[in-house]
Amino acid sequence: MSLRSEPMVRAQKFEDKESLFTREVREQIDTWVAKYPAEWKQSACMPALTIVQDMNGGYLTRDLMDQVADYLDMPPIAVYEVASFYSMYEHKPMGRHKICLCTNVSCMICGSDNILEHIRNRLGIGFGEVTPDGRFGLKEVECLGACGGAPMMQIGHTYYENLTPELVDQILDGLE
Amino acid sequence: MVTIEVDGQEITAVSGQMLIEATDAAGINVPRFCYHKHLTVVANCRMCLVEVEKAPKPLPACATPVSEGMKVFTRSPMAREAQKGTMEFLLINHPLDCPICDQGGECELQDVAMGYGSDVSRFSERKRVVRDEDIGTLIATDMTRCIHCTRCVRFGGEIAGLRELGATGRGEHMRIGVYIENSVVSELSGNVIDLCPVGALTAKPSRYQARAWEMAEYEGIAPHDGLGSNIHIHVRRNQIIRVVPRENEALNQTWISDRDRFGYQGLYSEDRLQQPMLRENGSLKVVDWQQALQATARLLKETLPQRIGALVSPSATLEEQFLTAQLIRGLGCQNIDHRLRQVDFRGDAADPRLPWLGQGVTDLAGNRATLLVGSWLRKDQPMLNHRVRQSVSEGGLVMAINPVAYAFNYDLEVDVVCAPSSMINELAGVAAALGADTLGITVVPDQAHQAIADALSAATQGTVLLGTVAIMHPDFSILRALAAGIAAKAGVSWGVVGSGSNDTGAWMVGAVPHRIAGGGTAEPGGMHFGAMLAEPRDLYFTVGFDPEMDTADPAATTAALGAAQLIGLGSYLTPWLEQHADILLPIGAFAETAGTLVNLEGTAQVFQGVTAPPGEARPGWKVLRVLGNLVDLPGFDQVDAAQVRDQALAACAGLAPDNTLGTSSDCAPLTAPGDWERIGGVPMYAVDGQVRRAKALQETPDAWGAVARLNTQAAAALGLEPNSAVRVTQGTGSAEFALRIDDRVPDGCVWLPIAVPGTQALGPGFGPITVNKV
Amino acid sequence: MVNEVCFRTLHCDRPWRLETYQSEGGYEALKMILAEKTPQEDIIEMVKQSGLRGRGGAGFPTGLKWGFINRTAPGEKYVVVNSDEGEPGTFKDRDILRYNPHALIEGILICGYAIGAATGYNYIRGEFWEPYERFEEAVTEAREAGLLGDNILDSGFGFQIHTHLGSGAYICGEETALLESLEGKKGQPRFKPPFPAMFGLYGRPTVINNTETLASVPDIVRRGADWFREIGVPNSGGPKLFSVSGNVVRPGNYEVPMGIPFAELLEMAGGMREGKRCKAVIPGGSSVPVLPGEIMMDVTMDYESIEKVGSMLGSGAVIVMDDSNCMVKVLERIAYFYYEESCGQCTPCREGTGWMYRVIHRIENGTGRQEDLDLLDDVAKKIMGRTICALGDAAAMPVASFIQHFRDEFQYHIDHKKCMV
Repeated sequence: MSLRSEPMVRAQKFEDKESLFTREVREQIDTWVAKYPAEWKQSACMPALTIVQDMNGGYLTRDLMDQVADYLDMPPIAVYEVASFYSMYEHKPMGRHKICLCTNVSCMICGSDNILEHIRNRLGIGFGEVTPDGRFGLKEVECLGACGGAPMMQIGHTYYENLTPELVDQILDGLE
Repeated sequence: MVTIEVDGQEITAVSGQMLIEATDAAGINVPRFCYHKHLTVVANCRMCLVEVEKAPKPLPACATPVSEGMKVFTRSPMAREAQKGTMEFLLINHPLDCPICDQGGECELQDVAMGYGSDVSRFSERKRVVRDEDIGTLIATDMTRCIHCTRCVRFGGEIAGLRELGATGRGEHMRIGVYIENSVVSELSGNVIDLCPVGALTAKPSRYQARAWEMAEYEGIAPHDGLGSNIHIHVRRNQIIRVVPRENEALNQTWISDRDRFGYQGLYSEDRLQQPMLRENGSLKVVDWQQALQATARLLKETLPQRIGALVSPSATLEEQFLTAQLIRGLGCQNIDHRLRQVDFRGDAADPRLPWLGQGVTDLAGNRATLLVGSWLRKDQPMLNHRVRQSVSEGGLVMAINPVAYAFNYDLEVDVVCAPSSMINELAGVAAALGADTLGITVVPDQAHQAIADALSAATQGTVLLGTVAIMHPDFSILRALAAGIAAKAGVSWGVVGSGSNDTGAWMVGAVPHRIAGGGTAEPGGMHFGAMLAEPRDLYFTVGFDPEMDTADPAATTAALGAAQLIGLGSYLTPWLEQHADILLPIGAFAETAGTLVNLEGTAQVFQGVTAPPGEARPGWKVLRVLGNLVDLPGFDQVDAAQVRDQALAACAGLAPDNTLGTSSDCAPLTAPGDWERIGGVPMYAVDGQVRRAKALQETPDAWGAVARLNTQAAAALGLEPNSAVRVTQGTGSAEFALRIDDRVPDGCVWLPIAVPGTQALGPGFGPITVNKV
Repeated sequence: MVNEVCFRTLHCDRPWRLETYQSEGGYEALKMILAEKTPQEDIIEMVKQSGLRGRGGAGFPTGLKWGFINRTAPGEKYVVVNSDEGEPGTFKDRDILRYNPHALIEGILICGYAIGAATGYNYIRGEFWEPYERFEEAVTEAREAGLLGDNILDSGFGFQIHTHLGSGAYICGEETALLESLEGKKGQPRFKPPFPAMFGLYGRPTVINNTETLASVPDIVRRGADWFREIGVPNSGGPKLFSVSGNVVRPGNYEVPMGIPFAELLEMAGGMREGKRCKAVIPGGSSVPVLPGEIMMDVTMDYESIEKVGSMLGSGAVIVMDDSNCMVKVLERIAYFYYEESCGQCTPCREGTGWMYRVIHRIENGTGRQEDLDLLDDVAKKIMGRTICALGDAAAMPVASFIQHFRDEFQYHIDHKKCMV
């Protein structure tokens, strides 16, 4: 049985890496590349996508994915596969603040339906939608591993737990 | 070896082998979709689940290694239940409209469902619908039918060396495709059609043209490269509907190139030559065979033998080449050649007895070092390149000395890219680094030369391959001598890889001026192709030859042949022939005639005609045989192709492939750096008349038009804007071409292919040119 | 005895700091090993003796796993930490990373020493930003203190730890999917064998352990295998973190001895909210079979007891439901989760999870059919044991168990096209 242990390196490498992204982004990606064996640059694919998504206001474009492929010497399709597999990558704008609301079992038991209802009423958007002013996007997420604080949501890097409609209002009011 | 028991039957298996390999070898059928013997095992379709004694749950036969005494049940209740369960899951989202599916009747899913499916579906929800992507002119997609076996995806990464298809998304939303609409560009892409177990990927050119059961299947040999891939030809009502691979582990395994798969389309072009034609009062008229043959015989007899020149295609059948040689030599003429894309014949005296690949095809995969000289092997010989690629995955090194940074589907350890005129020096550098004969060329080896030399000497097995660019090079004889010297010094083999499908056969039967059938020296020798152009003959007798396209020097060829009398045995009627030919005799092309092709490793492969030639066209060997009779030569009384073949092979008995090179007297390089040099390879879809007419292939990115490619600096030096045009002048010929900026081209060079429309007025593929802004 | 091992710094101020950890005996185990040059096999034997079993859910004996590594094989070996906590109901590793990251670091180092590895990767789920930053700070602290890096404490033993962040995929909690993901690919589980011990990260021998598992190791070495094992019950050694969530008064993580009665654990979590009846409990994360409350009240929290009543200890995520919950709705949500998170690689899971979800969805929405319960049972049976990884089983087991224990409720939905709760 042949085992899959080889990186998906493409035969034609993109030489002009300096033309990709910005220097700052390249340096950020490089700190990840440095963590893995030299021939496994592709291990940095996920962090690289995260970095360029953040840089791009929260979503990926074909051009950005292709640049990641060029930068890491991967076939573009291998990058598309990764970018479309993991749920934290977005392929369209999700607003300045992406509200990730958990509706999984523990949160549901503890009333995530009410929280969803409240957010819908307040922002006028459902899952997968963005407010017309581009301030908020709403996304249904699976268990985020904070069931002790159910119901909960994540905005940016922050977890907000033990949500009540009032608390949600406070949180959203505090976001530009 | 281990002994296992499958369904009560004792079978032996190689230890470590997967169960499915053992059952396949024993002829025990285990259903499967994702497993393919030449691809990695992923065990994802779950169709091959079988019961193994002591295992609590069914195991996939494709990923379960055999072990001594193992007891396996492929049809026990547990196994059947598991297989049926998988089948039900596969079918819930698969359309059940087999009657309108192009794969219907030859579908692995359909076949297996007959045995393992249920009559009634318990799935009452809406089935998944998947948007189709346009992935080019060769492969039709119907992705709603996809069952996600990922054979096509694995093929891309593991065999084609180019991952284009992927599985994006996850879970039920996983899709096989290119994700972002794009043509698939691999030269082996069509194999995914055969790999696809359902109707998701089908052949676009033959889509909906015939049902599997309406077609008769015949064996054939692919005619577009020196490998001779084994194929099956599917024919309905005297028409080829499609071509698919026929397994031959020693040659093409289970694959074929796109060129071999779709080239058949060229048979059905509008310009097939269907009737004999004769020039009368200045214009070409349709005549009957008798008239045409008699006129031909008359012309042949009337012309002074030394004033005749015979040009026979390196892709003509062995029978055609043999009879042509017999005919021409019978007439007392030695001027015959098949080396129509060669310009340097100074090495003729040194020519090996029977040039060949130098190794078996499978040996290429075992090489530890391969040096490509003037070769874009990937496009010239896709299946040979596949073997070289296999050597790379086993840790072998590939190096190249080329005039363009050609794209390969593996990494090159050393990639020397230089102007054609510098190739000799570069190769001499390698020779110098090895301490081999540099043929008087003074060169100080650099790091690259040393690296190549070291890799070749260190290799327990290796080769130096001269490709089509080397053959067309003005100093081919020097490149060849250097390569042979390098190979000898490094203890590796060497070979010449041309573009004809029967180069080896042509050498065997004496379709060269200096050798007779069987490899003996022709006494006296005749004129080689170059001489026949330099000192034009009065009459040219050509077989399967297009003077504008199948030559190393279109300008010289058309000039010489245009001014002389011209008898052409061929399958196509071009405007040029219409204007210049005196007699045209229509002969059957690929699949329309029985014949033999001898491949680069010296294997003679016989095939039968499977469709009738169009119109009045006849198999070439028959036409040549009759001509032999009409010019009153003995030995032209064969009744079928087999007799011709037997005679040809009998004449070559005792001739074995042998690359031993003699000494050349003239080793002075003819190339020198000029202001501008032309790099004129033959694009992969321009190698022969049939391929040039295969519509689907001509619409792929690998079919280039006449475009002049210069690198950024070179274009800037000439003040050329991107997307502008340039005028290229070579000798007396001159033409305008669209400019393409391409940094794979070295400085001072213009990559401008030959054998593509628009380049006929120009001279040889390599040599000095002038370039001007338009 | 609570919070003795993974949570032993929890009572302190700023429990995540190096000095806090060291004040609680932190890094003593590592120092001892390095000073005494303890033979690798002795450490592995100690871990075997401790009865420590994988805390991520599968419960595989940790010492045995370490023992599978061919320590003398040339080339790289790796320690990989599974901090991709995603099993619904589980939130323990997040707190270890936030509150006691040094225990994990020390555990990784001991494991690395024992198997002859020099590099470790901690795969933290991408959403865990705060835990990621805490862990990274701890790594920096340890490195600056000479406890991590080249030539640790002048012992000649060197080890590097790198953090990798996930990007949102439950399946990456499966160990081989995690390795694939770490290799920059989609997280699709590999077929086994070969197991990671032979063919792991980058094709090299690899130990992959859950965060809690590795964080338990330093105390085993420091206080002895017997001490650890005897905290628990036979075949369930040591304490365990239970993540209690749902309709309880004080949801949270409780590090308690294995074998503690469920009733006691519920008591610690403050009992049922509003004094309601405990209707059902999922005792080990959403992938294990649900059990009715009355059965749970007699069960102790260890591998064997829970197995005896038809479920599993899993990751120790205890989801408690009172009688206001509709079991059809709960199962619908769980089924949707597996449908969403199936990687799509193998047929039964890719096609079956969506099928099961749709059938449960129609029952929940009043369009269920009489044959649906048998159909669900049958589809679940056809997924069970037929897939490359355990996600198929994880999707099938809840379905089978919800119908087994709460069939009436499902039947009522079908018959009356509404909920009985």
